[in-house]
Amino acid sequence: MIQIKDLHKSYHMGSNSLHVLKGINFDVKEGELVSIMGSSGSGKSTLLNILGMLDEADQGQYILDNVPIKNLNEKIAAKYRNEFLGFIFQSFNLINYKSALDNVAMPLYYKGVKRKERNDTAMHYLEKVGLADWSHHLPSELSGGQKQRVAIARALASDPKVLMADEPTGALDTKTSYEVMELIQGINDEGKTILVVTHEHDIAQMTKRIVNLKDGLIIDDKKVQQVRASEYV
Amino acid sequence: MFNIERWQEIFETLSKNKLRTFLTGLSVASGIFILVILLGFGEGMANGIKKEFEDDASNRIHVWTEVTSKEYKGLNPGRYIQMENENYEYLAKKYEDDLEYKSAIYRIWQGAVNYKTESGSYRIEGVLPDFQFIENAGITQGRFVNYMDQDGFEKVVVIGNKVKQEIFKNEEDPIDQQIQINGINFKVIGVYTDPGGDREESRIFTPISTAQRVFNGANRIRNLSFTLKPKATFDETLEASEQFVEEMQQYLKQVHTIAPDDMSAIGTFNTLEASQRYFGLIGNIKFFFWFVGICTIIAGVVGVSNIMLIIVKERTREIGIRKAIGAQPWSIIGMILHEAIFVTAIAGFTGLIVSMGLLEIFGPYLEIPYVINPSVNFNVALSTVIILILAGAIAGFFPAWRAVKIKPIEALRDE
Repeated sequence: MIQIKDLHKSYHMGSNSLHVLKGINFDVKEGELVSIMGSSGSGKSTLLNILGMLDEADQGQYILDNVPIKNLNEKIAAKYRNEFLGFIFQSFNLINYKSALDNVAMPLYYKGVKRKERNDTAMHYLEKVGLADWSHHLPSELSGGQKQRVAIARALASDPKVLMADEPTGALDTKTSYEVMELIQGINDEGKTILVVTHEHDIAQMTKRIVNLKDGLIIDDKKVQQVRASEYV
Repeated sequence: MFNIERWQEIFETLSKNKLRTFLTGLSVASGIFILVILLGFGEGMANGIKKEFEDDASNRIHVWTEVTSKEYKGLNPGRYIQMENENYEYLAKKYEDDLEYKSAIYRIWQGAVNYKTESGSYRIEGVLPDFQFIENAGITQGRFVNYMDQDGFEKVVVIGNKVKQEIFKNEEDPIDQQIQINGINFKVIGVYTDPGGDREESRIFTPISTAQRVFNGANRIRNLSFTLKPKATFDETLEASEQFVEEMQQYLKQVHTIAPDDMSAIGTFNTLEASQRYFGLIGNIKFFFWFVGICTIIAGVVGVSNIMLIIVKERTREIGIRKAIGAQPWSIIGMILHEAIFVTAIAGFTGLIVSMGLLEIFGPYLEIPYVINPSVNFNVALSTVIILILAGAIAGFFPAWRAVKIKPIEALRDE
């Protein structure tokens, strides 16, 4: 599903240059649940942003579902993001003046789906994350865990190939974190490929494979015995 | 533009952000409102000044005489110049083709008027039939003096509305009644009104031939009044009238032996010249209101730009989210512009309708000196609204363009 070869990325801040990714090689197969771990500054978020086409690599090869991702203009990047990817952020990034349902429906709006069908699909995914009763509430009326579940529903709404989660549990307490992980595991069980960036070991243990990053290089990449989040809930 | 999905999205965004929408709209609506009211008052002042010229024909040329100020051909200064019938007749004949209306005037400043037990003192003016049109006088009862009265030295008078109110107390029909002027009987043949009001209406007109004979005027006349036939343009008319005044003065100076450079002996007032000055003033007033109005619009445009800038800034994160979930750059710019244009258009037209409604409803009842019926040209107002909408769109475009250029990852970065 994802193939990466020799990926480099530097940030320039005035005269200083910061080499963040120093040649990453990394493959993800369909249906995998991978966690990318590392201390802050290890380059894990940068890697995820490049994978998510929110940022561009300086050099290296990135193939997503057999489509080479390079020299993208904004338009095509937007199209690929809409079709291939679903994002889950640490700070949820819901649009605060839209109801849960409208937030979930938004990727479909940009996909050009008609309103009626859009709302039906959005409702379906809200049911899936257990928030059907909250569909007309604004994000400000929801708890952190509920917001993240709305964000997950939104990420799923356009039926993407890969879900990218950047510290999905970073703003949540332990119990809520496990609930969210349970949901993510459930989605993975249905065959969706998911990448999770985290620095929490217990969260990483709930995935099927842990990739460890340090100073812009992969130092460790191993499959693990998945811990089911439902055991804790 | 006609995408229903886009409209739904915009209505939703606007209705969920009521305060923002309201403030943007308010600045646009108030800008248009102020401009329309200002332009309306400019027009009202122009109307008011125009009205000041309505009491006499606007192309009237009035001639009077005074004493000479310069010695000439052995004659001393300080000599009073007296015009006579033949002066009028010569001018009337010579310029027959150019003149529209013409009249000589013989005047008694204080005529003692009696009717039954009522009495009063009024100006008695001996005039020719044309004088009705020179004075812009309207006949409300009976008729004005005519050439038969003039030729027959008829003792008939046309009284002003004010005279009628004071002498006849509005009760009796004054037509065919006899009144005494300085003890002599005259028959009332008409009542006139004058846009100049009470002062102009407290006069009594009689044929000049009668006035000269009855009040010992012999062949003396006090004033000449003319109007010239209008030419194709105002400037040509003005030029012709100035030339006429010049030639008439030369003639009068020559026959009365006045120094050609004596400026005080013959007095003339050319209403056209004066009105040209006043129309110039109106032009200046209108220019001023336009200037203030355009400044208001510029302030409005700056206000709208500012609000657009803040809106886009405030929505940077939202734009980032939209991009992350697959919004095309142009769809975001389009969305922001669409919103901006929609809000400014609605607000602009609201301001336009409210202000024009105010002018239409209250304008005619406004009682401010020199301001009459303020109104505004609809097309002018409409174009300003369109300019404001365009300005709002342009003002919205640049920040939107910049916001779209920001990478989603930067827009989404946690504060």
